[in-house]
Amino acid sequence: MTRSLTVRKGSYVDSVALMQVSKRVSALPGVRSALVAMATELNLDLATGMGFTLPDRTAPNEMLVAIEADDETAIADAYAEVEAALNARSAPSATGFGTAPPPVTIGAAARHVAAGLALISTPGRYAFADAIDAVDAGLHTMVFSDNVPLEQEVALKRYAADAGVLVMGPDCGTAVVGGVALGFANVVRPGPIGIVAASGTGAQHLMTLLDGAGVGVSHCLGVGGRDLSERVGGSSTLRALDLLAGDEATEVIVIVSKPPSPSVAETVRAHAATLGKPVVFGLLGKGQPDLTETARRTVEATGRTWRAPQHLSGAVDRARDKGFLRGLFAGGTLCDEAMILAVDVVGAVRSNIPLDPAWALDDGLGSDGHTMIDFGDDELTQGRPHPMIDGSIRVERMRAEVADPTCGVLLLDVVLGLGAAADPAAELAPVITEATRAGIPVVAAVVGTRDDPQDLKRQATTLNAAGAWVFYSNAEAARTALDLLAKGQSA
Amino acid sequence: MSPLDLSTPDTVVTAGAEMFADSVEQQGISTARVAWQPPVDGSGDAVAAVMGDRRRRHANAKALEAMLAAEATLVDVRPASEVLGLERGHFLHAGPPVTWERASGPMRGALIGAVLFEGLAQTPESAEKMLAAGDGVSWEPCHHRGAVGPMAGVVSPSMWMFELRDEAHDATSWCSLNEGLGKVLRYGAYGSEVIERLHWMTDVLGPILQSAVRAGDPVDVKGIVAQMVQMGDEGHNRNRAGTLMFLREVLPAMIDSGHPTGDVAQAVRFMSGNDHFFLNLGMPACKLQTAAAAGIGGSTVVTVMARNGTDFGIQVSGTGDRWFTAPANTPDGLFLGGYGPDDANPDIGDSAITETAGIGGFAMATAPAIVRFVGGSVPDALATSQRMYDITVGENPAFAIPILEFRGAPTGIDVTSVVRSGVLPQINTGMAGRVAGTGQVGAGLVTPPMECFTQAIAALAAAVPAG
Repeated sequence: MTRSLTVRKGSYVDSVALMQVSKRVSALPGVRSALVAMATELNLDLATGMGFTLPDRTAPNEMLVAIEADDETAIADAYAEVEAALNARSAPSATGFGTAPPPVTIGAAARHVAAGLALISTPGRYAFADAIDAVDAGLHTMVFSDNVPLEQEVALKRYAADAGVLVMGPDCGTAVVGGVALGFANVVRPGPIGIVAASGTGAQHLMTLLDGAGVGVSHCLGVGGRDLSERVGGSSTLRALDLLAGDEATEVIVIVSKPPSPSVAETVRAHAATLGKPVVFGLLGKGQPDLTETARRTVEATGRTWRAPQHLSGAVDRARDKGFLRGLFAGGTLCDEAMILAVDVVGAVRSNIPLDPAWALDDGLGSDGHTMIDFGDDELTQGRPHPMIDGSIRVERMRAEVADPTCGVLLLDVVLGLGAAADPAAELAPVITEATRAGIPVVAAVVGTRDDPQDLKRQATTLNAAGAWVFYSNAEAARTALDLLAKGQSA
Repeated sequence: MSPLDLSTPDTVVTAGAEMFADSVEQQGISTARVAWQPPVDGSGDAVAAVMGDRRRRHANAKALEAMLAAEATLVDVRPASEVLGLERGHFLHAGPPVTWERASGPMRGALIGAVLFEGLAQTPESAEKMLAAGDGVSWEPCHHRGAVGPMAGVVSPSMWMFELRDEAHDATSWCSLNEGLGKVLRYGAYGSEVIERLHWMTDVLGPILQSAVRAGDPVDVKGIVAQMVQMGDEGHNRNRAGTLMFLREVLPAMIDSGHPTGDVAQAVRFMSGNDHFFLNLGMPACKLQTAAAAGIGGSTVVTVMARNGTDFGIQVSGTGDRWFTAPANTPDGLFLGGYGPDDANPDIGDSAITETAGIGGFAMATAPAIVRFVGGSVPDALATSQRMYDITVGENPAFAIPILEFRGAPTGIDVTSVVRSGVLPQINTGMAGRVAGTGQVGAGLVTPPMECFTQAIAALAAAVPAG
């Protein structure tokens, strides 16, 4: 073992930098310990403590280089390293000031920018905290997340009401605020209709029907599917109505929901009557107007003329012999609407979201008589993408239906818009061709607008070319499927 | 708050699926995307309960307001026996409470030194025996008396204390006089040079400072902190500018004090030769600031972070003086001389009160030199401070950071933000030797254990009023 101590003059370096140099030198093979430090009293003591003999006189502005190593070669390497480290230290940095780290909470993000909206799609069990954070930041907040506990939804909406901001959701699939589409949303033209929606695909369909009729939307405020339940009490619906009442661009307000709690519906109707603007109610259910009818009433409430949506006829004009109706949906409200129309004609419709609990499908969701499945239901989207994003699960099921002799008619929705798959028609076309060849008519309701990124016309043409009937109204698609079914039965 | 309108947003804040943020940007609207992660292990329910506490927002605003309004002036320098009523055989120490059995090397070393300094024992061995047996000796945290102490933070009755006042809140805090670096009591050293220095501080330095402080107006310590953060000091590991400014404040009165010239010269040499002399003034100033925010029901703001060399403890405004403790981490940094990571004791000292108040590691951007303790770069220093804004409830305009466009220091650590984001407060610190009697072995960076914060969020959740 050998030791070396030298003193360098005229090279002051701060202690932090020198500790780094010491660390670097100590790490060399063969070096047992190293002290590169200004010759302060403290450092002189340290050097003594390490067993070095100090020179007689040193000054605090001189630099000590003390190295203990296995042999002379290691000592030489250590000095070279000291030299290199000190030189490297003075080299200019190439990195500049760097960029600020990304914000880690909604509140932190909101501090950096003049934001007006928050869009939260974090896992449902955590989304409450994020939403509260957004409300604290004074942002209107859309909570796309589903599976948020009901008591948290109640607490969140009460909290937001105090802060005067709107909470859209939880489980709000779509919204348009000030022309900005959020979540799964269609690109609609601006216009006089303000929508309050407790149903995501219901709102999407209403918007596309309006857009198809040449009437635009001012805002579409989702409120979450449970907002009109007894527990939540219509909290967000009432706030959304107030916001639309005060919004200059909005002439007519329309509310879309599954059947609400009667007492909440009463509260909402009473409040709506005070707004000074026409309010159209589109509450799905037996004996209620379907979405297309709601769109017509809404357009007419603005004083404009309704233009009924067009359709393209399919290659097969009757159901396969003695087959049943099979509806395979990506949108829950679209599935509901089709079932409501179907039960009046065919009676019981089995489903994973049945209108009557007695009609619930078994766990395997195998078809049984007239059957409709909502592939967008929470239970079917856990751990896999929503069928609007990835349609493969539905394509698979269609193949199974084609192979099933009891399948008479296939009814589908094809939802376009932001967030949806880039080309759903191309994904469906091959299996539509297979169904057509098997003598099964395929009836598709396309929910989209001319400005949607998927190109509405091309989607319709592709589906039609494969043999499908193509409708821009889900209700009409369902009625046509029922007609085709009736023709099959009479054969 | 008046109802917000429905205008087109300039920016949409997004958390969760990137796909939806992408869609917003495709429409020509900018997004502020949160680097989201789930709350740390198992704390989701407590986080939800505390976030939903309707007192929280107002309580945190009140806590911040109190912190910003706090003052800190040095009004006196007096022995601990006088100011704190500390009786013979009773000591204060850093961090949460600790027994002799669980006390670390430097904590034991400092207590041994204090026993020797007070003349309660003649040898380290007999001091140790006395402490182990609890024979006529007892100790409690500095924080229990409203005081703070760096590193081991041991205060004995004969030691002289800075006495600082916050007139705005009618509050007082205390801290001992800084001994310098290397082999010193607060790092657990108790050799004869340590004890001799302590005697000199008691006999000479304390009385001179007392005369100087009493002769003039109270020294505006908060004002010095405000200036030092604009001069490259972050107030925890770097106190050079603060020390010089303090010396400038008291030097004329020290010279005029009538004490022997030789003593005054020695005192001045001692203070100017110790870049950390001001630390013991900055700390009680920070304690006054954070104490002003203590005890506000529903507030999730951290009011104390302190370590005793074994445990790290925090206190939170909404849960009063309850400690949430977990085993302290060992700092990561650079070592003096031949010392290495194996020689370092776990995190120790009340000095994390600086970070609790928004300086120290939180003001790292203003002292880029400090980040090199862990081989970081200037951008790292800037990023560290910027990151701390995400876990704090506000900014302190009194402590403006020039390089961040004079943004106020990130102030008021929010337990909910820490637990939600997993981002821990950044602390700059000295490192004590693991073995009693060693002294300082290095300096570096450290974070508190997350467990302190998960315990705190559970306690805050339990304290949320029903309904």
